[in-house]
Amino acid sequence: MVKRWYTLTNYLFILPALLLFLVFGLYPFFKVFQLSLMSWDGISSNMQFVGLANFVEVFTQDKVWWSSVMNAAWITFLALTIQNGIALILALLCANDIKGGHVYRVIFYLPPVLSGIVIGLIWKWIFRYPDGILNVALVHMGLKHLVRDWLADPKTALNAVAAVHMWRGFGWGFVIFLAGLQNIPQQIYEAARVDGANAWQRFWYITVPLMIPVFILVSILTILGSMQIYDIIAATTNGGPGYHTEVPVTRILASMQGAGRFGYACAQGIAFGLILLTVSMLQLWVSNKMKRE
Amino acid sequence: MMSESLFYRLQRFVKLSLSYLVLTAVALSCLFPLWWMFVSALKTKISVFKDMSLWPAQQHWENFYYAWTKGGFGQYFLNSLFYTVVVVTAIVLFSSLAAYAFSRLEFPFKNFFYILLIASMMIPIPGAFIALFVLLKMLGLVNTRIGYILPQINMGLPFAIFLLKTFFDKLPRDLEDAARIDGCSRLGIWLHVALPLARPALAVVIIFNTLMVWNEYLLAMLILQDKAKMPLPRGLMVFQGVHLVDYPLLMAGMTITVVPVIIVYLLMQRHIIKGITAGALTGQ
Amino acid sequence: MKRLIISAGIFMSFLPFLLISGCSLSPKNKINADPSKTVVMWHWLTDKEDALNELAREYYEKTGVYVKMEVFAPSEAYNQKIIASAQTNTLPEIYGILGSKRDFANFVKAGHVLKLDSYMEKNNQEWKGRFFPEALKSVSFVSGNEFGVESGIYGVPIDVINIQYIYNKKIFREAGLDPQNPPQTLDEFLAAVEAVKKAGYQGLVSGFSEPWLIDCMASNFAWNIMGEEKMIATYRGDVPYTDPDWIKVFSIIERMARAGVFASGVVIKSNKDAELEFALEKDAFAFNGSWAVHVYKDMNPEIEIGIILPPKVSNANPRGVWGGAGTWFAVNAKSDKSQMAVEFLNWLTQKEQQVRLAKETLSIPAVRGCLESVPEELKGFLSGMKYVYHPRNFPVQEDSVVVEAFDKGLQSIITGEKTAKQVAEEVQKVKARQMEKKRQKQNNTAS
Repeated sequence: MVKRWYTLTNYLFILPALLLFLVFGLYPFFKVFQLSLMSWDGISSNMQFVGLANFVEVFTQDKVWWSSVMNAAWITFLALTIQNGIALILALLCANDIKGGHVYRVIFYLPPVLSGIVIGLIWKWIFRYPDGILNVALVHMGLKHLVRDWLADPKTALNAVAAVHMWRGFGWGFVIFLAGLQNIPQQIYEAARVDGANAWQRFWYITVPLMIPVFILVSILTILGSMQIYDIIAATTNGGPGYHTEVPVTRILASMQGAGRFGYACAQGIAFGLILLTVSMLQLWVSNKMKRE
Repeated sequence: MMSESLFYRLQRFVKLSLSYLVLTAVALSCLFPLWWMFVSALKTKISVFKDMSLWPAQQHWENFYYAWTKGGFGQYFLNSLFYTVVVVTAIVLFSSLAAYAFSRLEFPFKNFFYILLIASMMIPIPGAFIALFVLLKMLGLVNTRIGYILPQINMGLPFAIFLLKTFFDKLPRDLEDAARIDGCSRLGIWLHVALPLARPALAVVIIFNTLMVWNEYLLAMLILQDKAKMPLPRGLMVFQGVHLVDYPLLMAGMTITVVPVIIVYLLMQRHIIKGITAGALTGQ
Repeated sequence: MKRLIISAGIFMSFLPFLLISGCSLSPKNKINADPSKTVVMWHWLTDKEDALNELAREYYEKTGVYVKMEVFAPSEAYNQKIIASAQTNTLPEIYGILGSKRDFANFVKAGHVLKLDSYMEKNNQEWKGRFFPEALKSVSFVSGNEFGVESGIYGVPIDVINIQYIYNKKIFREAGLDPQNPPQTLDEFLAAVEAVKKAGYQGLVSGFSEPWLIDCMASNFAWNIMGEEKMIATYRGDVPYTDPDWIKVFSIIERMARAGVFASGVVIKSNKDAELEFALEKDAFAFNGSWAVHVYKDMNPEIEIGIILPPKVSNANPRGVWGGAGTWFAVNAKSDKSQMAVEFLNWLTQKEQQVRLAKETLSIPAVRGCLESVPEELKGFLSGMKYVYHPRNFPVQEDSVVVEAFDKGLQSIITGEKTAKQVAEEVQKVKARQMEKKRQKQNNTAS
């Protein structure tokens, strides 16, 4: 009896978080779920119950929606590989006792403090045609055939946006990797060094296995952050040219504000959330499995 | 023998300079926009986009003064400071408590609650703001500071819990066991053992959420009415008219806005280093 | 760590104080008006904030009624605010509605907007008679409109706008063109573009990442080629987008794009980017609204600009430009102080106040007969009011999904990704699908 009571008091630890969630998280969620079953313009007092019709449309008819999901997925793929790769390399470089390392630490997560306006102005200036920094540099390097209007060219717009997104976001992965590397006890490395392991072996057999939970953490955060990309798009291409840089959030906003289809926007949001939830849970599950093995 | 050590030294030198080259190149790309923002704040409306020099011949330092006074920053600054400190403190407290419980303590439906709490981070809800407004209206919290604070704490929690739990899971348990044998309570272990060890992760949580709360404005516009309660981004709106944008003053305002965040970065990154010593001590 | 928690604890214990004593942070020189004589007005116009506050203060001194202005910006945030407030019936006495005519209609149908006809028609239509008719059209619903709103006037315009082609006179001179004799037809326009490009400038810049601008440009050609009736018939679903006239519209944009009329990156430019570029005198032409004059002058006081109607592409119909009320306000029908709100808006749209507002914010007054107050550069826009129309005032509105396909299609034509014919077919496909959906919905409600 005492034991059980003691176990139950463990709930007190999660109580503040849970209470806040129950009040401010759950109600909006149910409200949105309810609206996703309605045909509603967002303002008028009468909403029409349409059952799962909105979801049927999202899943079976809305091609633009799915191409926007694919665009975001591509950006996410690039972020997972390139952005996190760079973040990890930089974190490894900084985690070594390199002189001035702490200066770099601060500098690398500066991009997120910049507002979308500054990021938009700077990057449009870098990518512009024909006199942007990138194009001028290409000409100087003798790569004139690559010169183009990077953000406005249908072929390169998505990758250009992804580049801006990765530049802005790598700092977060970097800090978390760095924090993770600090938690690996130094003497494990020393023991390995004594045993004659070289730098690569130390990285592969000590750092990587111990960092797996952090890798999972960063990849889930990268997926969530990249799939929900919005302000970079708003600051650079606004979804264009055509539909080439449309992403789920711009589509949801288009349904909500442009088309006045509030119920449909809610259904898109929930469908999107389900995708993200599934991917994240799958990753967590995999990581738990790996841990147990 | 001699040549071998020279070879190693050379190899070390090349490696080191390569590292610095990479680090410096990336660092410059991060610093440039910040510098541009700062320099633009010193120009005039007419010269800002014409004169692309990295240091203008004439520096209009008074722009910072005008930005501060025209934007009404004094008031907004205090408000933002207040909101940020309260929200971030609450997030750190609540999330570390919860993450510790999810990592170390046992109770029924633990995994269910964990998934429930972090799932809300994964479901971006477009119309949620409007639903939130309706809720706050029911609770009588529209146009109150508390009505602006509580939802933000809730929004910051999932990420913090997720991150901290991952780090708590990684921490060695021996120290906690030792503390338990010494008769430390659960709360005592959380405070005296777990939190100090998780310092690098806490620093990340603080950095992340400070930036979030400091720059938040959509929720502020929705929930708050009085200018007197608005956070800093409201001041920046003064320079971004529907049509007219006063770029130099906007950049000056943004530069001012960015400074406190960078100070928090500077303060917190030290803890990311200190984590090493704390971690090393644990092992010994 | 302990210290951190203790200091946080101390801070938290201050919390209740700060929460309660919000008054310690209240602004200075506040007007302490009688609450029963205080009316609240919401807007998003940060660049008109000072002028409106000043007028409100004057009104208070004159009448004892205080109109408290509250600003929420940017407009997206403002929009969320009014939608959320409509849900909870907490809209202020005076507010503006952004978005489409459909959004406006929804506010009216939900009972949030006071019908103003009886006030406007008092004293032999004195108030109504002040306005440009086009300005009132933007805030009215005609009888038999598709939204089922009772016909009438539901808002008060405080300024008017229209969208035309703007050209840089200095660049014209450099390119050997006559600034006094700007191009009128499409061929003349294309020839002018060729000349300015030879002189090292770009052709036309506009904020084509914002759908409404590109939509407007095409709509102007459609108006000129097929006229209002056929456009309405298209929206109703009786004329397909593959009709030769519509193909001609798409083809003109295609021809312009292939002739290199558009500035580089035009499809991803926001209007603010485009304004910046034109102000820096990189482009000879801009397609933009009347507010732009102020914006250009603000960034480059030396710029010399002229204004022209859209290039003429057909003799079948007169040319037209989009326009109407720029900023307008609605009165909350659910407020018991709506009377005071109406009186204030009436005062605000008297000639004297309109002239002041126009001068201070460099806009065109919504009321007629203020010619002397309009700056020289804006006169071209003022005379453009004769050509003003807006699809928003048509009895039938095009489906928003079709509009999006139309605008995105135009972007693809400009980037060279698609041809005019392809886009026409694609838009028609979307149109057919939306019509089918509408039909099904009507059948469902009927049965």
